[in-house]
Amino acid sequence: MSLLVLLAIVLLIIAGHQLLKIIELSRSLKKTKEWQISDTDNNLMGKAMLLFMFLFFAFFFWQVDRWISRSLPPAASEHGVKIDELWDANMYLITVIFLITNFFLFWFAYKYRGNQKNQAFYFTHNNKLEMLWTIIPAVALAIIIIFGLKYWNEIMDDATDKNKITIELYAKQFDWSARYTGKDGKLGETDYRQISGTNSVGMDTTDIFGYDDLIVKNEFHIPVGRQIELLMRSRDVIHSAYLPHFRAQMNCVPGMITTFKFIPTKTTAQMRKDPYTIKMMDGINKQRAKFNEEPVDFDFLLLCNKICGASHYNMQMNLVVDSEEDYNAWIAKQKAVKVVAIK
Amino acid sequence: MATKTKTKTKVEIEHLVHHEHVQDHAHDDDHEESFVSKYIFSQDHKMISRQFLITAIIMAVIAMTMSVIFRLQLAWPGEKFAFINALLGDKWGKDGILDPNMYLALVTIHGTIMVFFVLTGGLSGTFSNLLIPYQVGARDMASGFLNMLSYWFFFVSTSVMLVSLFIQDGPASSGWTIYPPLSALPEAIPGSKLGMTLWLVSMAIFVVSSLLGSLNYIITILNLRAKGMTMTRLPLTIWAFFVTAILGVLSFPVLFSAVLLLIFDRSFNTSFYLSDIYIGGRPLDNVGGSPVLFEHLFWFLGHPEVYIVLLPALGITSEVISTSSRKPIFGYRAMIGSILAIGFLSFIVWGHHMFMTGMNPFLGSVFVFTTLLIAIPSAVKAFNYITTMWKGNIQFTPAMLFSIGLVSSFITGGVTGIILADSTLDINVHDTYFVVAHFHIVMGLSAIFGMFAGIYHWFPKMFLRMMNKKLGYVHFWLTIVSAYGVFFPMHFLGLAGVPRRYYTNSAFPMFDNLVDVNEIVTYFAIFGAIAQAIFLFNFFYSIFRGEKAPKNPWKSNTLEWTTPMANIHGNWPGALPVVHRWPYDYSKPGNESDFIPQTVPLKEGELDGGSH
Repeated sequence: MSLLVLLAIVLLIIAGHQLLKIIELSRSLKKTKEWQISDTDNNLMGKAMLLFMFLFFAFFFWQVDRWISRSLPPAASEHGVKIDELWDANMYLITVIFLITNFFLFWFAYKYRGNQKNQAFYFTHNNKLEMLWTIIPAVALAIIIIFGLKYWNEIMDDATDKNKITIELYAKQFDWSARYTGKDGKLGETDYRQISGTNSVGMDTTDIFGYDDLIVKNEFHIPVGRQIELLMRSRDVIHSAYLPHFRAQMNCVPGMITTFKFIPTKTTAQMRKDPYTIKMMDGINKQRAKFNEEPVDFDFLLLCNKICGASHYNMQMNLVVDSEEDYNAWIAKQKAVKVVAIK
Repeated sequence: MATKTKTKTKVEIEHLVHHEHVQDHAHDDDHEESFVSKYIFSQDHKMISRQFLITAIIMAVIAMTMSVIFRLQLAWPGEKFAFINALLGDKWGKDGILDPNMYLALVTIHGTIMVFFVLTGGLSGTFSNLLIPYQVGARDMASGFLNMLSYWFFFVSTSVMLVSLFIQDGPASSGWTIYPPLSALPEAIPGSKLGMTLWLVSMAIFVVSSLLGSLNYIITILNLRAKGMTMTRLPLTIWAFFVTAILGVLSFPVLFSAVLLLIFDRSFNTSFYLSDIYIGGRPLDNVGGSPVLFEHLFWFLGHPEVYIVLLPALGITSEVISTSSRKPIFGYRAMIGSILAIGFLSFIVWGHHMFMTGMNPFLGSVFVFTTLLIAIPSAVKAFNYITTMWKGNIQFTPAMLFSIGLVSSFITGGVTGIILADSTLDINVHDTYFVVAHFHIVMGLSAIFGMFAGIYHWFPKMFLRMMNKKLGYVHFWLTIVSAYGVFFPMHFLGLAGVPRRYYTNSAFPMFDNLVDVNEIVTYFAIFGAIAQAIFLFNFFYSIFRGEKAPKNPWKSNTLEWTTPMANIHGNWPGALPVVHRWPYDYSKPGNESDFIPQTVPLKEGELDGGSH
């Protein structure tokens, strides 16, 4: 079998070689050289440019039509709604720029395709024109910067709400845990040297504020409408806490505590009834049926979004947004860690 | 004592005289060269340029093959591919399924090779070497010897990187940005054992190569310009290479220091980047360092690097679009201004890679401002290219097709940069496929299109033969279609929140409805990779059997086309050319031919095109 394949390849090479020889011979007889650009070439390529433009734009709109509904659902947090608005405004703007400039590029390529009878227009510069397209982008960008920075300052400001809930997200290869303050409203201090099988997040056993802290894995809950202050730590390498449905993200860096705050506006139950989500989950479950997998319902998710090792792709934790009562009921069921001081 | 000094002075004078002689006449025929000094340890800029190009092509094929392997995994996770097993063996591709660690290694090495070896070494190394002496009208680089060293350091650097593919624990696998602690701790990932050491060594050698090259480029451009070749008569290619070289000289040493400190942390137990780490069942002693420091140092190179990659491609495009449109480049001075502005701004925008790293948000605001500023000169460049084509008489050489492709991808990828530079909007798409789409289109495609444009345009100068035009046409159309087919859909993965560097998107239901996007991307990737075979055939076939090139096939104005079609030592057989005008006098009214080479004196009362 492999001998046959080898033989076929050898024959193919010989055939190719002969073909090339014929081409080379015939080309030495021709007057015009192969590499010279004729009017026919220019015509063909100019039209191809125009055709490509139409196909390119058609491909663009086809993708938008097919895939835009698979984007993340509308933001489930207060600041996320603002980000979405800003995102949409920017997206429309750049889509228009993208279409117009590409149009001119390919249109000119088509319209001014070369011809031996034609002569190009000697046009070295035009200060007015150049000023125009320096100033227009500058103004547009200034507007973008002003809105962007206004939101940025609000989003990254300290969490000052009196009613806030502070949660520590602790990342390690390759899972997450969440630590709640317990009744005293304060997280205990930590010390990475005290990490052990029974003290997985490295609580400082001498700090009494830590004695009532609650640590959960696999799934954590937050109440709707309250300000959530996330404090992030990492045990080993850089991870990134990514909560795409809330438009929230921050790296978890060893040796540092990073923060992010947000106010969830929709409970998990509400999200599951949202028409957008229902449609999206339909699509997901259709695909799952093809793989013979169980249908699933919508869930908020915490993902790792910074390369952290072999199982980076599977470092996740479920997040449930509850009503205030459900949240209180859930947190009451959690048990304090009770780390014992090592004497 | 007195006699001794006297003799020395005499020798020096003779040396000077000899030097003058070299400047006036090339010693072409009296210069016997052995095989080794001509083809291997050559000090001739033309040979070194070819060496860079061919090394880069080999590296590009390797990196592209890697991308096909991990694209297969992303489209059909868990599917068995016999050829993956054949390539990677049982350890990394058991039963034809890619190992997760090897997936990360392939992603890492693909990025490293493409950014550093193909688009920095390959693009800048090839065309700066070829064109700087030719287009400024010099016999060779200021120092042929350093130039030779530059290539051979590059060669050693690529070799070390390739060797790292064959070691027991696999090559570096913490992403091409090699953020510590992942890259610093061998316990964190197998690729951070010997593989990472070799990566760092390779990169340190690469920095040496880059510095030797860049210093040479700068000195040559400043000191060896022909008579009449003022700075404002330089072709835009040279301006682009000039600023690129300055960026390299100023930023690569910072990468070197980042790499050096990482080597210290890895091998000598220092704590520059490490603090409070518990790994492998024990707490580490390192306290007080910060990975954010590494990120600052890395991106202080990393961002100018984007422009080190882009500017030469833009320079090549300026030349090709003007020549092929038979029109002067529109806004020559504005183009120089925007190259300088981009060069300057590229040094104060690095923080936009770090909005989500825990860097002070106020500092983030500053970087938003500077980053969006850089969009202005970029926009000016794009508009000027389009205006250059307006009312032109466009000759569609394969090089021109790729140049138009570059302008398109520069715009298409550039506009999403406006989104990503906005820290508020970056929060949700940081490190997702939206970013992957953005930088592949704006940097990857633009630079590679620029490189192809350069190869098709200057192939006659490099190999004295012509490439096949029809194959060039086919190559272009297949390439641009598959390139957009690969990278455009990735925006939509990013909108759905898919993080980058995931071995598979099937670990949770959230991304199950994106299977078809990943499949389409992979089909285009395979298609695009196969299409490159057309280029490879055309390239290597034409080196030996292409049609003989005439002296100035594209009817171009620049000096390289005034030299005879032979790779002679010293470039010009007689005296060096004298320059009388800017390089863009195409279709100037009142002339019979539609181009006027730079060596043609101005007529009485004629104004130099670039001077008003």
